[in-house]
Amino acid sequence: MITLHSYLIISAILFLLGLFAVLCRRNAIAVLMGIELIINASGLNLIAFNTFVKQSSLTHALSGQIFSIFIIILAAAEAAVALAIILSIYHHFRKIDVMDLEQLKY
Amino acid sequence: MEALKMVESFIWLIPVFPALGFIINGLFGTRFSRQTVGRIACGSVFLSFLVSLLSFITLLAMPAAERILHCRCFEWIKVGNVSVDIAFLIDPLSSVMTLVVTVVGFLIHVYSIGYMAHDRSVARFFTYMNLFTFMMLLLVTGDNILLMFVGWEGVGLCSYLLIGFWYLDHANNDAGKKAFVVNRIGDFGFLIGIFTLFWSLGKVSGGTIWTLNFADLAANIHCLKDITLNQALGIAHFGLGPVSVLTFVGICFFIGATGKSAQIPLYVWLPDAMAGPTPVSALIHAATMVTAGVYMIARLNFLYTLSPTALTVVAFVAGVTAFMAATIGLAQNDIKRVLAYSTVSQLGYMFLALGAAAYSAGIFHLMTHAFFKACLFLGAGSVIHAMSNKQDMREMGGLKKWMPVTHWTMLASTIAIAGWPLTSGFFSKDEILWKIFESHSVNMWHLVPWALGIAGAFMTAFYMFRLMVMTFYGECRADQEIQAHLHESPGVMIWPLRILGSLALVGGFVGVPYALGHFIHFPNLFEEWLAPVMGGLLYKAHVIVPVTAHAVDHAAAGHHHIAASEYLLMLLSIAIALLGSYLSYYLYTRRQEVIERFVRTFSTLHRWVYNKYYVDELYELVIVQGVKWLMRKLAWFDFHIVDGLVNFSGRVLVWFSTISGSVDYHGVDGAVRGISDQTIRLGALVKLIQSGRVQYYLMIAMGVLVVFVLFFQLGG
Repeated sequence: MITLHSYLIISAILFLLGLFAVLCRRNAIAVLMGIELIINASGLNLIAFNTFVKQSSLTHALSGQIFSIFIIILAAAEAAVALAIILSIYHHFRKIDVMDLEQLKY
Repeated sequence: MEALKMVESFIWLIPVFPALGFIINGLFGTRFSRQTVGRIACGSVFLSFLVSLLSFITLLAMPAAERILHCRCFEWIKVGNVSVDIAFLIDPLSSVMTLVVTVVGFLIHVYSIGYMAHDRSVARFFTYMNLFTFMMLLLVTGDNILLMFVGWEGVGLCSYLLIGFWYLDHANNDAGKKAFVVNRIGDFGFLIGIFTLFWSLGKVSGGTIWTLNFADLAANIHCLKDITLNQALGIAHFGLGPVSVLTFVGICFFIGATGKSAQIPLYVWLPDAMAGPTPVSALIHAATMVTAGVYMIARLNFLYTLSPTALTVVAFVAGVTAFMAATIGLAQNDIKRVLAYSTVSQLGYMFLALGAAAYSAGIFHLMTHAFFKACLFLGAGSVIHAMSNKQDMREMGGLKKWMPVTHWTMLASTIAIAGWPLTSGFFSKDEILWKIFESHSVNMWHLVPWALGIAGAFMTAFYMFRLMVMTFYGECRADQEIQAHLHESPGVMIWPLRILGSLALVGGFVGVPYALGHFIHFPNLFEEWLAPVMGGLLYKAHVIVPVTAHAVDHAAAGHHHIAASEYLLMLLSIAIALLGSYLSYYLYTRRQEVIERFVRTFSTLHRWVYNKYYVDELYELVIVQGVKWLMRKLAWFDFHIVDGLVNFSGRVLVWFSTISGSVDYHGVDGAVRGISDQTIRLGALVKLIQSGRVQYYLMIAMGVLVVFVLFFQLGG
């Protein structure tokens, strides 16, 4: 049977993979990809809950799905901004290694 | 009579006039001219003389048993049992003393105007002289022992100041210091005497009689008559215990008198004191200060009469002093030294009289001695002045033709001191010798001082005529230069000499002894005048033990019994005086070679006598070096031990403070620094968190999230 738990596990795994990419990759684009993964994992979470959990009378039957569409839009906007920042960093450092971004060090 | 009684309230002026002169000359003297300074000084003494004369006349007008003028000025000390006032007493004894001091003092002040005419410190001289006169008058008019002691110390101070008057020459300063220090040694005895007397009288009377004034002491002295020192002081076992209190006190006071009045063993300062100006020698060391001891014992006659032992001690010391000083005077060549030793010797005679309980005879000799000795000293000053400050008699001679007045006045005084008949010195010295001879009926040993006195009288006549011959007769041995300057002294110096010389000749007629005077019904005025003071009549003293047969007669105010021995003794004195004088005159004018051969034959003896028996050297060796040795030992103690302790405690303190400091620095401050250090180290560790890398921050955030989730899942 495919239950809610299966989707949650999948989204948790995706989240953790995305977290791994954010935390442990040196390339800024890879970090971005990780962020995308995290966001999409949370979108999956939302769809899953929408499908398997009976909504109360106060919320819409498709509120989960609507929420996930918002998330995708936000992800797109945020990716555009992040790519602009990375372009700026490339102008300055001629590379996009996140290890270089330590101006706020002690 | 009432008007004369008013004098009583003014007797305090007697010491105060010279005190005023002292203050005025002391503060402003340098601004006045020489004449003014001299006039102020002489004037103040003269005013004092007038008041003394007035009080003397007042006393004359009073009946004999009431002749006291007493003036209490104000309360001075009132502490516990001690109650002493500033009060003055004029009775027959002190009136004699004030008259002698003011008359002789006045004449010497006048003489000083001439003598010190070219000195640069005239104002200082007369200031000190007036201070001295003030102190001396305080001494003789004080009505209690403490006031007398103030004057006693004051005259000692003035003696020091005046001996060292020409202070630029250190020898003078040394002489002044010697005088003062030796005096002080005697004063220690004096003080012990005062304390013992005061304390004993107080204790023995059961705590009722605490007094230091003469009237009360005289009236109550009998309480101490048979008390020993042990009983008086209340101590069980004390070395001098069995001695009678009065004997102890009497000897203590006499020790003070040996210091002030130059008796053995404290006479050594007087010859050195000749370093001062001659008027000083005349006033202080001949006529007045040195007689303070005689006055003191006469004043305390009620005490001494009750202690024959003390009197014997006085008589013996006096006799030996009179003899010894006369021997030294025989061999001296400095004119002032001869006179100095003569003074010591004559003071011995005064004390000899006191030792025989013939107090009025002692005071009589004090008076006549003041006349002739002051005249002799002033005359010597005149000679020194003329000789351009040379004092060695070997360089004098034949001065008679240049200085006739000086010569005749000094001759008058010389025959007085030698004891030629009918001179003042004859009457007084003869009286003394008779009294001490007679007192051997009470104490056999008194013949020894008498013999010493007789021998001394012979030597006195001899050395005085030696002085006269060497100075005034024969060929002049001075340099041509000095001879050219020889001159008689000016009037201001001559007139005092004339007056004193005349007094030396005729002043003795107030004391003609009964043995001679009764033929023409001429009484012994002097003795009668002083009798109420000495016999206890005036102060109601209980004279229980008459020392001589004469004392009984005195009390009865009538001498009906004259021993033949008195006339024999008188003839003996005259014979000795004339023999001594003539022998000296003959040997020194015509037979100088006999003298020289004598000196050569007995050269060792002569050397000993000439060097004053080396007493000064002995004192220097034993006492001065002894004291210096003690001083070095005590200085070692002070330097090493006392200062060592101080230094040691200092070092301990430093050590403590070092420890305290290091505790403070390392401990306290270390804790503070330690905290800051740890904080920094901790910070150094913690700051590593801030790497500036976003991924690390996120990692930490995730880690904390995990912890929270676990925490809430597992524990809640």
